[in-house]
Amino acid sequence: MSAIPLFRRDEAKAPAAAASAPKPKGGLVEVTDFRLRYDSAEGAVDAVTDVSLTIRPGEFVSIIGPSGCGKSTLLNALAGFLKPTSGTVTVDGEPVKGPGADRGVIFQQYSLFPWKTVRENVEFGLKMRGVGRAERARAARTLLGLAGLSAFENHYPDRLSGGMKQRVGIVRALATGPRILLLDEPFGALDAQTRLIMQQILTNMWQRLKISVLFITHDLDEAIFLSDRIYVMTSRPGTVKAEIAVPLPRPREPAMTMSSEFLALRRGLMSLIREESLKAMGGEISEEALQGLAINLDGQDIPRVL
Amino acid sequence: MSRAILSAAPPPDLGPAAPPPAAPGGGAAAPEAQPSAWTRRLRRHGGAIRAGLVGAASIALFVLAWHVVTENRMNLYVRFGNVPSPSDVLASADAALGSSQFLTHILTSCRRILYGFALAAALAIPLGLLMGRFKLLREMIFPVSEVLRPIPAIAWVPMAIMLWPSNEESIVFITFLGSFFPILLNTLHGMATVDPVLGRAARCLGASEAAVFREVYLPATLPQIFTGLTVGMGVAWVSLIAAEMISGQFGIGYFTWEAYSLVQYPDIVLGMITIGLLGLASSFAIRLLGRVLMPWSAAR
Repeated sequence: MSAIPLFRRDEAKAPAAAASAPKPKGGLVEVTDFRLRYDSAEGAVDAVTDVSLTIRPGEFVSIIGPSGCGKSTLLNALAGFLKPTSGTVTVDGEPVKGPGADRGVIFQQYSLFPWKTVRENVEFGLKMRGVGRAERARAARTLLGLAGLSAFENHYPDRLSGGMKQRVGIVRALATGPRILLLDEPFGALDAQTRLIMQQILTNMWQRLKISVLFITHDLDEAIFLSDRIYVMTSRPGTVKAEIAVPLPRPREPAMTMSSEFLALRRGLMSLIREESLKAMGGEISEEALQGLAINLDGQDIPRVL
Repeated sequence: MSRAILSAAPPPDLGPAAPPPAAPGGGAAAPEAQPSAWTRRLRRHGGAIRAGLVGAASIALFVLAWHVVTENRMNLYVRFGNVPSPSDVLASADAALGSSQFLTHILTSCRRILYGFALAAALAIPLGLLMGRFKLLREMIFPVSEVLRPIPAIAWVPMAIMLWPSNEESIVFITFLGSFFPILLNTLHGMATVDPVLGRAARCLGASEAAVFREVYLPATLPQIFTGLTVGMGVAWVSLIAAEMISGQFGIGYFTWEAYSLVQYPDIVLGMITIGLLGLASSFAIRLLGRVLMPWSAAR
């Protein structure tokens, strides 16, 4: 497993080498018996327990679950921001020790540096690696060009729309040639229409990159549309409730979201998730609460009825 | 001709913010061939032109009121009998600007501001950044700064005279103290409000601790640092003038106080106006520096 060749920039530069090795280069993620426990005022609380999951090289895997189920915890452990209380997190057989450029992360909050232009943002990872000014500018320009973002090269992030910011964020994460992309509800703050477009861009991008992706979301359609496999998590303490393969053909097209296969998957996932969401809301929700209102007013003036 | 075209053209398509007085003024100089360029320029800068005209008019009104109350030696409970009129002040300004003495006063004050303020910025900014980054340092220094901060710089004058061998140094010290705390606190506040996701993003891109500090925390804090510098500059002038009035030998504060002692009333006003202009110029210089160092905020 550790013999899988890593993605290197010089490999990418030589088209012959890339053509002779079309197989994905590394990016095997293994999480085994993951548990995260933290101390609160009420004593130790389990955020996540007994999670084991795998992302095979070049696979697109989503985790969905109700809010607070610890899906972001898993992503943060993979990114290297927190250590599991027990269990292991490895990428290509090596345990994750801390954050690093071999795992690109895209956050839900826009995280472009406002004081850097789009190109300087994309250059950042290369700069940290010690790549010279001219070289990294060239690389960033090329990458922005490939992603269709050349026109915005010299814009400051404040002038970009939310969708555009996330596209630049993805390009920035890709610039260092990571083995895996970790996306933490990246389109969560976008409006519904923009989300759909961004999903399409992401799936097309992935189709060409063939890089391992872990995608966190609570949007069922998004997870089905993008993923090869979906892990469904339970409410807190989070654990894997189900693992569902998405046999839809690739490349994915927006029209597929209307196909019977898609809808069948959606129905199955929906019931799994709904159960957990209700559980996650706990005492807040009862049968009456779901009725919305215990009286039928039929458009009457509320103060008069009261 | 051109006036007629322009005054007819703008009103229909200009918004309510359009400056009616600017149109005839601009129209006189407008090339007749391209009134559209002028309307466009007017539309873009209309607000600024209007604000400028209103500002100029209000200053003119202020000077007029000053002239009226002083020339007539009015006594409206506030006594304007001894207050010099604008023309008195203009005459004394004319005389002062011709003398090297006045220039020396100004230069002395500027030098003290520069030393005191530069020293404060050079100490407070790094200290604020480090305190924002390292909790222990913050916990150690913050209480001391909270105790010292409420003491006005002027209250330090006697202590400063004891501490420093010469008057010059104690005045610079007072100026330093005045600007130190606003800069420190704003830098600290800036550090506290940096979006942590930016630091995490930088680390995910391979940034070391030092690089995160340099590439993320410093630029993210710059706007707040500049707020601190602007406030600090204002307080520096307040402190400087007070210190000069009390223990100065030269300087514009000393000049103003001396004018009172020597019953040269127009010079008091001249000193006051000069102080105002110097304060204005220095805060403008800081804003300019901010624009240069933070091009992204200008692009907003």
